[in-house]
Amino acid sequence: MRQQPTPSQKRGLTAIDGAMALIVLLLIVQIWLITATLETYLAGYHETALPAAIVSGIIFVACAGLYLFIDRLDSEARSE
Amino acid sequence: MKLFCRPSSEPLWHEEFSVFAADERYVSRRQFSKFLVLTSLAMFVGNLWILVRSWFSRHPVYPVARIEGAAETPVGGVKLFAYPDSGEQCILVRTGENDYVAYSQKCTHLSCAVFYSREKNRLECPCHNGAFSIRNGSVLQGPPRRPLPRITLEQRGGELVATGIQIRTEA
Repeated sequence: MRQQPTPSQKRGLTAIDGAMALIVLLLIVQIWLITATLETYLAGYHETALPAAIVSGIIFVACAGLYLFIDRLDSEARSE
Repeated sequence: MKLFCRPSSEPLWHEEFSVFAADERYVSRRQFSKFLVLTSLAMFVGNLWILVRSWFSRHPVYPVARIEGAAETPVGGVKLFAYPDSGEQCILVRTGENDYVAYSQKCTHLSCAVFYSREKNRLECPCHNGAFSIRNGSVLQGPPRRPLPRITLEQRGGELVATGIQIRTEA
């Protein structure tokens, strides 16, 4: 029989869903960024490559942070 | 809610290669998030790759190469040659008795080979009806947004030589 989630587990699930939505949003920005950078690079503008790489790195770190947050919440919810 | 119903004590390999088909298709939020983060890492690596490429290609050095048979080409005629290496096809057009122009043969839209239209005196791309000026390689019509890279030419000792490539960014 399926076990009903506790209120704290429900809150955790909502937080996990929110964090996942944020990761998806950041990923869309990152995909747009690499597309725009590649387009400008092929057009001969090389100045945009460095700031784009820095911003992409920041987005990746943010995504990794959100993943760790999800991982921690998930572990806590499972242990209850 | 399924996330909290699964036992977490099982190792990952057992979850992913379960004996039950339904369990094999199951992807937890944690696994999906991991996939998203790895995709983000791939995007970051891609940006780094562009950065490294732009550092190394900022001041390229082009060889000086003789264009074989340029003098035998009639006025209004075309000669194909490879520059700066054998994989880069270029097109030479003799526009006058002592006037030559040369461009990369790759269309700046989707890299189809452009050809010289003598009737319209321009370079045309047959794939999407792009057209480039024979005078400076700028875009005349069609989907290309950038001019054709121009091969710089010089007369040395009665022979025509290619000395470099001018990549311009404005249409």
